[in-house]
Amino acid sequence: MAKSVSFTLNGRRRKVTVDDPSEPLLYVLRDQFDLNGPKFGCGLAQCGSCSVLFDGVAVRSCQYPIASVDGGTVTTVEGLGNEHKPHPLQTAFIAEQAAQCGYCTSGMIISSAALLQKTPHPTDAQIKTALDGNLCRCASHLRIVRAVKRAAAEGMKSA
Amino acid sequence: MSTAIDRATFLKQSGGALLVGFSVGAPALAQTAATPQATVNPTLIGAGSNAVDAWLAIERTGLVTVYSGKVELGTGTETALLQLVADELSVPFKMVRMISGITGVTPDQGVTSGSQTIMTGSIPMRRAAATARMRLLELAAQRFQVASADLVTRDGYVMPRDGDRARAVGYGELIGGRKFDLTVNPQTPLMGPSAFRLVGRSLKRVDFPEKAYGTFKYVQNVRIPGMWHARVIRPNPVGATFVSLDRSSVGAIPTVKIVQKGNFVAVAAPKEWDAIRAARALKVTWSGGGLPAQSDLYDIIRKTPADVKVAGQAGDVDNALASAAKKVTASYYWPFQTHGSIGPSCGVAQVNPDGTISVWNGTQGVYQMRDAIAGLVNVSKESIKLNYVEASGCYGHNGADDSGTDAVLVAQAIGRPVRVQWSRADEHGWDPKGPAMVMDLAGAVGPDGTVTAWKFDGFTPTHSTRPSGQAGNLLDGQLTGAPPAKNGNVGGDRNAATTYAFANQRVSVHWQPTAVLRASALRGLGAPQNCFANESFMDELCHAANADPVAFRLAHLNDPRSKDVLNAVARLAQWQPGQARRGLAHGVIRARGVAFARYETTDAYVAMIADVDVIPATGALRVRDVYVAHDCGLIVNPDGLRNQIEGCVIQGTSRALKEQVTFDRNRVTSVDWRTYPILRFSEIPNVHVALIDRPQERPLGAGEPATITVAPAIANAVFAATGKRLREVPFTVARVKSALAEA
Repeated sequence: MAKSVSFTLNGRRRKVTVDDPSEPLLYVLRDQFDLNGPKFGCGLAQCGSCSVLFDGVAVRSCQYPIASVDGGTVTTVEGLGNEHKPHPLQTAFIAEQAAQCGYCTSGMIISSAALLQKTPHPTDAQIKTALDGNLCRCASHLRIVRAVKRAAAEGMKSA
Repeated sequence: MSTAIDRATFLKQSGGALLVGFSVGAPALAQTAATPQATVNPTLIGAGSNAVDAWLAIERTGLVTVYSGKVELGTGTETALLQLVADELSVPFKMVRMISGITGVTPDQGVTSGSQTIMTGSIPMRRAAATARMRLLELAAQRFQVASADLVTRDGYVMPRDGDRARAVGYGELIGGRKFDLTVNPQTPLMGPSAFRLVGRSLKRVDFPEKAYGTFKYVQNVRIPGMWHARVIRPNPVGATFVSLDRSSVGAIPTVKIVQKGNFVAVAAPKEWDAIRAARALKVTWSGGGLPAQSDLYDIIRKTPADVKVAGQAGDVDNALASAAKKVTASYYWPFQTHGSIGPSCGVAQVNPDGTISVWNGTQGVYQMRDAIAGLVNVSKESIKLNYVEASGCYGHNGADDSGTDAVLVAQAIGRPVRVQWSRADEHGWDPKGPAMVMDLAGAVGPDGTVTAWKFDGFTPTHSTRPSGQAGNLLDGQLTGAPPAKNGNVGGDRNAATTYAFANQRVSVHWQPTAVLRASALRGLGAPQNCFANESFMDELCHAANADPVAFRLAHLNDPRSKDVLNAVARLAQWQPGQARRGLAHGVIRARGVAFARYETTDAYVAMIADVDVIPATGALRVRDVYVAHDCGLIVNPDGLRNQIEGCVIQGTSRALKEQVTFDRNRVTSVDWRTYPILRFSEIPNVHVALIDRPQERPLGAGEPATITVAPAIANAVFAATGKRLREVPFTVARVKSALAEA
């Protein structure tokens, strides 16, 4: 039962047809739009690597049915910024060298962007709470917290 | 000068102009070409080529490409290696880039592992660069009709010693686009610290911008036109034999193809979601197999017949123990642990029109993996083209290799390019595990507080069953009837011996031919286990001697660098003798513990102090702060080094506090982040690092050393807090509570 889904992806209107409306958003983003930012990490909404912003809220795209984004706005880390116009969080993550392998980084930046929208000047504790559901195995946590604080300090506006 | 070219532009511009006969790096190839392959680099003759051209090439623009057999595993070594080579060649950092891990293109430097990349892997690259620089001086000397001693190299130019840039000639002009046709001179001196311009500086990592922008091409992002997606279905129970499968169980997904070969089963479909759904739906019948009860694990380890090797011997330990007034014995236990890569492994493969097979995966050794695949599918080594593409951090032998062979088997079966993405449960359940170990210690201290006897017995399997050219080491080899692999005993003895000067000691390693779960390399191999036992037991003897933990260790060390790290960490943490327990407030006891090790007994020095809070009423244990003093000789990139140390400490804390693979009689049951929890943001300690730079000393590896002292430092802190020993990892709430309840 094919279904057509329309949504705004990184600022552009997009339309896709899927066989299964319960197909998670992640596979549509990666396989139909060739996006590399959202990562497959667990498929269980346990690790946060697949995080994207849906209507401004960080969601786990590995568990988010494509049908439910119909009419909405999806932003991946590629949509937040790029090398020519980086998002303050991307600049801050590079400045703090806040990763090792970097596989979790997209999800960290997305979750941090959602935090800074609500809480522009978070404390360390607020950052740790907001990122507690994002796992990092290389253990760059201390740098990630510093990067989020740096982004906040450098005049973080809206994501 | 072209130093104004930014790195991205540089990579783009130089992509088509390499000198060794291939067009662009593997990840980019996979994006664009249906039948990508690199042609053989004729200068690569076996392992460790001695041709300069095998290691580097200089283009007309002066851009330098370094060919590395060591790959970037996410630890920052690409940047650090480029710093070392750029300095050796006297070129600006922006003028160097690296191609790594492609069979037939890059040198065979073995496996990227064991904290060896900077320590040993950089040496041939630096020698090649030094040899090349000498030749560039000679070429310029001929051109200017002067002695090469009157010339210097700087920023990619050769110029007169007085630095007159008007008379400078660029490397590109001297050799660009041509080969050196030169053998690496092993006598060429390497640069000393006074000549370093890039080494020793915290340059930003070259791979970071793309990782932050989300555009970095991990192996999970390799896409080939016409590529299908596949998922694997593993035997259940472990070790079971395939009986049958029910094709109608996936009948609702018409595009799916089923692949079965021996006990290897996979499903493939043009769309990834269809492959995922089919893997969930496919009904497979298995027979036999199974695992022992987890509760019997340590008993099995003790009773497995073993080959005993003595790893350290001095004096007469048996006599010293027999005559000791104060004798201490203790046993320590470490469970199976998993790598826990955040991105499950992924491999991509295709059979090319000429019958060769191209593979992209995150293997740590492309040549060793190539040879194993050749054995698996019974083709010549040369017909396997293996391309390393960076994956999620691996911390050892995770599922990377096996996902690559999965892709090969499926690609062969369906005649299309295939991407195999492991599920979370595949990775947690089927990656080779860091081995469970048991360590028995006995020792004694004399009336003067000196250790008079030290007896260590460790029980371990080998910690390496890497592909090493043998199909039997591959999971798919084991599933399809490849002959069993023969592996030497590796890693279980790592840090079994200490560097303490004990007059009477015997360190015995009981090598076991089998392990309860498939076992291989996990960060540090046997060193975290052995160091946990040794440094905990050192603390037990220290307590028996009624001594201070820092002073006690210092008194048993002769080597000044060992003493330096201990003194440095004591200063950093403001260690006060006799103040390890810092008192009880609001039901929380705060205390600190010490640990020290020299990695592999020959490499980096680490001393650590962990500050913990224990709540006796609940068994809750929190590691608040960890202080580390670290000496790995010459520091190439201080911030990169700090990043590694922080990672070692936090991952080490996670392994100590939370991690253990669980299994039932059929299979591994810790198959996700709920059943195999790791440390989260709310639980991380602060990490305070004191780096000891020794520019005159050779660089030592830093990817593992600071991970091995974490568990004993924490356990020793808990003892200082409560008087109870934690002798079994992980230190879960239940285990702490039960230790505190002991009389």
